[in-house]
Parts: sequence; structure tokens; C-alpha cells
Amino acid sequence: MRRFVIGRVRNLLETSRQNHQFKRPLLSSSQSPYRFLSSTTLADSPSSSSSSPSTMAPPVTVDTINPKVLECEYAVRGEIVTLAQNLQQEIQKKPDAHPFEEILYCNIGNPQSLGQQPITFFREVLALCDHPSILDKSETQGLFSADSIERAWQILDQIPGRATGAYSHSQGIKGLRDAIAAGIEARDGFPADPNDIFLTDGASPAVHMMMQLLIRSEKDGILCPIPQYPLYSASIALHGGTLVPYYLDEATGWGLEVSELKKQLETAKSKGITVRALVVINPGNPTGQVLAEENQRGIVEFCKQEGLVLLADEVYQENVYVPEKKFHSFKKVSRSMGYGEKDISLVSFQSVSKGYYGECGKRGGYMEVTGFGADVREQIYKVASVNLCSNISGQILASLVMSPPKVGDESYESYSAERDGILSSLARRAKTLEDAFNKLEGVTCNKAEGAMYLFPRICLPEKAIKAAEAAKTAPDAFYCRRLLTATGIVFVPGSGFGQVPGTWHFRCTILPQEDKIPAIVTRLTEFHQSFMDEYRD
Amino acid sequence: MGIKALDYESLNENVKKVQYAVRGELYLRASELQKEGKKIIFTNVGNPHALGQKPLTFPRQVVALCQAPFLLDDPNVGLLFPADAIARAKHYLSLTSGGLGAYSDSRGIPGIRKEVAEFIERRDGYPSDPELIFLTDGASKGVMQTLNCIIRGEGDGILVPVPQYPLYSATISLLGGSLVPYYLEETANWGLDINDLRQSVAQARMKGITVRAMVIINPGNPTGQCLSEANLREILTFCYRENLVLLGDEVYQQNVYQDERPFISSRKVLMDMGPPISKEVQLISFHTVSKGYWGECGQRGGYFEMTNIPPQTVDEIYKIASIALSPNVPAQIFMGLMVNPLKPGDISYEQFVRESQGILQSLRRRARIMTDGFNSCKNVVCNFTEGAMYSFPQIRLPPKAIEAAKKAGKVPDVFYCLKLLEATGISTVPGSGFGQKEGVFHLRTTILPAEEDMPAIMSSFKKFNDEFMEQYEDNWSHSRM
Repeated sequence: MRRFVIGRVRNLLETSRQNHQFKRPLLSSSQSPYRFLSSTTLADSPSSSSSSPSTMAPPVTVDTINPKVLECEYAVRGEIVTLAQNLQQEIQKKPDAHPFEEILYCNIGNPQSLGQQPITFFREVLALCDHPSILDKSETQGLFSADSIERAWQILDQIPGRATGAYSHSQGIKGLRDAIAAGIEARDGFPADPNDIFLTDGASPAVHMMMQLLIRSEKDGILCPIPQYPLYSASIALHGGTLVPYYLDEATGWGLEVSELKKQLETAKSKGITVRALVVINPGNPTGQVLAEENQRGIVEFCKQEGLVLLADEVYQENVYVPEKKFHSFKKVSRSMGYGEKDISLVSFQSVSKGYYGECGKRGGYMEVTGFGADVREQIYKVASVNLCSNISGQILASLVMSPPKVGDESYESYSAERDGILSSLARRAKTLEDAFNKLEGVTCNKAEGAMYLFPRICLPEKAIKAAEAAKTAPDAFYCRRLLTATGIVFVPGSGFGQVPGTWHFRCTILPQEDKIPAIVTRLTEFHQSFMDEYRD
Repeated sequence: MGIKALDYESLNENVKKVQYAVRGELYLRASELQKEGKKIIFTNVGNPHALGQKPLTFPRQVVALCQAPFLLDDPNVGLLFPADAIARAKHYLSLTSGGLGAYSDSRGIPGIRKEVAEFIERRDGYPSDPELIFLTDGASKGVMQTLNCIIRGEGDGILVPVPQYPLYSATISLLGGSLVPYYLEETANWGLDINDLRQSVAQARMKGITVRAMVIINPGNPTGQCLSEANLREILTFCYRENLVLLGDEVYQQNVYQDERPFISSRKVLMDMGPPISKEVQLISFHTVSKGYWGECGQRGGYFEMTNIPPQTVDEIYKIASIALSPNVPAQIFMGLMVNPLKPGDISYEQFVRESQGILQSLRRRARIMTDGFNSCKNVVCNFTEGAMYSFPQIRLPPKAIEAAKKAGKVPDVFYCLKLLEATGISTVPGSGFGQKEGVFHLRTTILPAEEDMPAIMSSFKKFNDEFMEQYEDNWSHSRM
């Protein structure tokens, strides 16, 4: 449906542009209220909100806005979520409006909206930095841990004038970048330069910045995993580039084969696309796989040989649930292969939204950019400076995430108990839901080795697929919609992430609180049974 | 291996074209000098807290409590926080869906958007719809999102005042659009001339540019002028006739230092004008927590309000906002507090009023001190700062100075500002960063240095300037002899 609309809009824009060349009277300097005929005079312009029979459409309508805006999509907060919100409002007005009491949002990686508690130490430090004048008061000692007070002082001393309300350096406060660089070094065993770090309002703006830098036209391609987190497809569309897909292999636990990368690169080249970068999400979203180190080496080698920038989305680096896998940053892997600044251009994205801290609402994150010249760094700095800086509270949080309490610190025990509690709970929920999905008829689900999602595959019977077609919906969206209206559970259809054509999936987060999981499993199982009963061939 | 993907040559050209002088050459040089130990007075950016202005107490108390809600359970919390801050924190937490750490609605927390709508209604006397108000990570993000929707390619032009705040020129460059300048008239207090506007539009159209939108910054940046109601009516009529969407940058609406022209919002005037204009002209208004007497730049809190934008377009803008998931929640709370302030009788009311008025009155005094100080300098002429946070004096550079600048490979006002920086540590932004008429030079400074430091700063400036003028005029007069 959307494809059709986009095509039609494009035609309209073309026509209007041609028309404009001909009818363009010069402005009269008289004071008459005569309205100038604009280029957007279209008889069937549908979106004018004016009730007067105006000869021209207002300047900003769906027909005249940037077509790249129309083209991009973001399913995580798309149609199904809007429907869920409407249902929620209906229940609020009339509690028995639907066969369920509440909506269970399993569509978005937003842990604290589902009851996950923030890390106490982090919040103590942030509160003190927000209101530093209480640091001098004796009552503060009674309300805050000693090491949080100490850390707040430390951080404030790194901020000129202790002014947390001032714009900072456009890359972020230097002292905080130092702490982050130290954290990266402690994690990887290889040095990190604070000047390579750009603090941003979440990882997403940093991704946009890189796409903006790399994409010159639709001839520039970015290799993206399928399935992928749709920020990438949306950002590429917004910047007018081309997404070059590479398929993760569901049969081998969503394996990433370098041979597949090579194949897709060649195909793109043959179509005249200049492939500029490779996006790797590790741990994966929506797929949850954690790459083996050997695999990572192959990827690094590939990027080096092909001159591609490696865009490493590593926001789930603290979310690993299986003992046989470990997170290794791509920087660590590159450096341990002996590859330095001259060998590979690498951007690593990290965020405060995930991990065990789940601080989505703070909008904190950074990118570490290595392997490029000073002139490029200047350009990145310049683009960052137009927005002045990212929010200070988010910057502070990013530094805390990368340098949390250590053994011996007063808050260490409570901090590590909170952290381990959250991580082990996530691992349990991942397993419980994975098992539940695998028990459903026609559903197979790979293990979630990391991240926050499960991405089960559903083999829909022909009857269901036909019913979906009749309803003018994709089959996975059809299933998700039916699930929502029957149970209140919100999944995101796999088509929002990309999948091998002809296969259907949906993404479900592992984030609802543990005590809600049994109800979810029961309702899902019941619904699925009756759905299959209805549509079984 | 040939050119790598992240080599300078292969970067997006639009990125390379971007300029943003506010944190450009002068700022970088000033930072270098600071590292070498020189005392620098940064007056390059409207960043009040960096120059000693204190944050208002009440909002910081509320947000601190929201950051650490476990404090609210502590029986001793009242020892550190007043009851109204505690109540307000509970109020805002109840509006979130999971506290400060959860993504909110992509448009911002509904309850806070409602508070913004109520503020707009109180201010203007016309109802405002929370569904048409989107909170953003600073007003700048809202401007970028809006321009991204409007600009399809270089055939699309945006009318921008000259001088302007270079967010507009930078964003238009980044998006590959065309900037259509309209000149503010310095001798008429940086006033706006409709005939000049018409000419700019006509010229653009002759070049094949479709002019889509008009930006006004009111109060102005860097110029400070406050638009009169008559001016706003003219502008709205113009937009109606020329089919332009009006982008009203009103971030300095709290910063007004004269009484002849108080702030009036574009929306109020639009509504006052009645149909058809009030129902037809498309308007997007921007506001922030960074300016005013709040000065909370580091929070990155802002909003835009849409008027007469069709529902389908609003949906598309919502879609784009959803890709960024949500604006940061602490800043949304700052916004709520700003639009829904304390009332007489509230425990913290008097302190709040004292702090706010203190800041505003001091800004008013500093606007005067700076204007007068500049006007006392040789070859410097300065319009009064009616509003906003800046002073934009005209520096009449003698021909020899301009020559010396050329020799040094610098734009004349950059040359002057660099010398000013090296001599006095005062870091300003050259007028060329904002746009100015050919051959006319300015610099932008802020009125934000502490009041007690102002006299010393102005005399330091005067000393440098007058000596500079001596030096370059002397040469000239000698050559005449």
C-alpha cells in the first residue's frame, strides 16, 4: 500500500515541478490580497486542511514534503503499537471492553517502562549532579552513599564552573570522555583516545551522523544485516542512500558468513552501487546472536580488504546470557589482529539504554571513531557542533556505565547485586520464552544468546496467508494483530526488521517482569492453538 | 587499497559545505589558548551557566528527586527538599511510564505536552492542542526535523534573516537546500522591510527556486530586535500571499529588555488576524529551556508547536520522531516546570521569583552596559540589545586593517576578533558567521558575563579597539601625508 502511495507522490512531485517552470508570474508590489499561484496547485491534493476553495495547497502537505521522509519506516513504534495504544485507552474507559485487562508491550527494548529498576548508585550520582548545592549539606550524608557523593564531586570538578546546565564541549565533557576511554581500555586491553569519543543523545543520533557523512547519493550503499534493527534502514532512507542487505543464517543460529558479505558486495557493485560501510549489530537485534571471535576476525579482514567502514553497533555488550559466548568489541578484535589506525576505519556505538542499566529515557550514548584522518574528524566535530552538545545528564551516565563501582567501593556490593539480579533475570526470561515459542505448533525459535529479544519463525498455514492477503496485511502483521486483539500482547511483525522472503517472524522482547511471564506464555499458547485450529490446512 | 570510505575526498559534500561559526575558528583558537593557560572569557555562545549564572533552585530540586525516587521514600527527605518540590516530583513521576529511565511517547510525555498547551493558552489567549506539540532534545533538533521535512532538494529555498543564527544556514546546507537571504536593516534597529523580503523572494524564484518557508527569530539572534505587532502582521500576511510556512524561532521570548515592544507570539497575532489567514497560514513555533532566565542549555529541552499543519503531515513528522524513540525525559520535566511555574503561596514561590527577577533585571542592566560600552569605542556603532542575549556591534575597520587581514589570509572580522582574543582573552564570534552586508563588519558577543566583570571587560575591549584603530588609521593617515 505504501509503495503505491510513494509512487503516486513521486509522480505528483514530478508533475508539479514541471508545471512550476511555466506559470510563475513576477510578484506585484501592490498591496492587493491576490494570492500567488504556487507550484503545488494540484486539483486532487488531498491534504489541505482549508475549507475554502483555495487554488493552492498549503506549503507543507504530504504531497510536498521531503519524499525521503515518506519513504522511511520504523516498525518498532509503527501501526501495531498505535493500535495497542488505542485499545489501551478503550480499556481505561471501559475495563471490560476487551478479553484482557492490560496491554503487554513486548515491542520495544524499554526495560524501565516494564518495571525494571534503575541502578541505585547511578541515580544517586545523577541526582547529586543535578542539584550540587546539597553536596555541602550534612543531611546529604544521611540520604546518599559516601561513594556516590565522592563520585559526584569528582565529576563536577571536571565540569567548568561545576555548571551542569551549560553546553559542554561538542564531543562531550573532556573528563567524562577520559573516564569512558579508561573504561574501554579496561574492557579491551587496548588503549582508547578520549578525542575519538563523541557523546550523543543516545546511540541513534551517532548512527545518523555517520550515515550523513557516508551517504552522498543513492549510489552509496551500506551493507546491513537482515534481519536488522530498523534504525538503519530508516536512516539510510532519510539520507538518500541504498541499503545493501546481507542475510543472517537462521539455520545456524543467525550466523554471519563472510561469503554472504562478499556475495552481496559483488551484487551491489554490479548494480553500480559504491558500498561504503558494513553494519554489524553484536549482540544482534532482533536476532540475539553473539558473534564468535573467529567470525569477528573474518569480518574485520573483509572490511580491511574492501576498504569499508565497520559500523559496530555494540549497545547490547552487557547483555550476554550464555556461558559459551563472550562479548568482544570489534576494536579489541582488530587490535589483537595487529590492525591499527591505518588499517581499518571503525566506529563503535554504545548506549546507556540497554545492558543492565536500561536508562532509555536519559538519551545517553557515544561513538568511538578510529582509523580516519584529522580532516574527517574535523568534519564530524563540525556536524556535532551544530547541535552544540548532547544532554549533560546523559553524558554523566555514559561515563558511569563505562566506569561503574569497583570491588572495595562502598556501593559495590549493592551495585553488583542489582546488576547480577537484572542480568540473571533477563537470562531466565530469555530461556522461558524461547522454550515457550518452541513448543508452539509451526514455530521455531533460536536461542537469545544476548540482547533483549526473541525472533521466532512462524510457518503460517496457507489459509492464514490467504486471509492476510484478503485483509491487505502482511501475514506476520496479520498474526500479530490477531494476537493483540485477543490477548493484549504486542509483538512487532518480522517484516519490520526484514527476513528471507516467504518466511515470517515476529520480535518479542524478554522484558516483561518475571511474574508476568507465565501469563504471557499461557495467553500466547492459548491464542496460538486457536489460531492454528482456525487456519490449519 | 584506493580511497577508503572515510577519506575526506569521499565525504558527503553537504557535510563539507556546512559552517557553524559559533563553535568555529575563533572558539577553537580560544580553546587552544585556554589550554596554554591564558584566561579566556567565552562570549561566543548563549551559555549562561558557563559564565556564572546559577541554575534556578526549584527545578533542580524537582529533577534531582525524580532522578532518585527512592529519596521520596526516605523520612528525612524533607530536611533537604521543600514540600512543594517533593509534590512536584511525585506529579511528574506519575506522568511518566516508568520514571526517567523509560523512553516516553516519541512526541514527549502527554501530561507535559498538556502543560505546554496550557501555557500557550495563558500566554496568547487562544487554545492550543497538545497533540500538535512535540518535545525535542533542544529546539535545534526540532528545527532540523522541520527543515528535513520541508527541503526536498536544492530547488527548495528557505527565507532566512541576515544576520541569522547559523543553525539555519548549517542545517539548510546539510539538507542540500537553498538559503534565500532577507536583510535586516541595521540603521532601522535591525528592522524587517517587507519590500526587501518581496525582492528576495522574486530573485530566488527567477533562479528557479521554490521558496517554501520563512524563518523569523523573535527576539532576534544575533541582533536582539523585538518584532512589533504590526511587523508580525505584515510577515503573516506575506506568508499567506506567498504560500510560505512560517518558522517562528521564539526561544528568547523571556529575554526582553525594553518595554516598548514586549514579546508577542506569532501564533497570537495569527489568531488575532482571524480567518482566512488564521486558518490557512502554516506556522511552526519553537521554544526551549536553554534561554530565558532558565539558561538550562545542558539539559537539551525544547518543543515545537504546529499550527494549520495537515494531519497526514503531522503523522509523518511523528514517524520521524519515533525513529529517535523519545526526547530525554529529565529535560521534558524541566520544560514542564518552565511552562507551569510556581504560584504565589507556594513554599518556594518567593525564592523562585527572587532568583528569576534577579537574573532578568541583571540581563537588562548588562544589555545597557554593553551597548553603551561599545558605542563609546572608536569606529564602533552598536544597536541596543532589545532582547535575546547578544550584542552585535558594527566595527568600522579602516582600509589598512582590511588589507592586513587579506595579507594574513583572513576574513577582516575574523582577523579583528582573533587579535581581540589574543590581546584580551575575549572570545567572540565574527559577524561573517551570521551573515552581514558586503563590506560591513560585526562581531557577536553575549551579555552574559557576570555583572561585576562587565566594566573590566568593556574597558579591556575599549583599550584593544581604540589601539587597533590607532594603529591602522595612523598608517592610513600617514600614507595620506
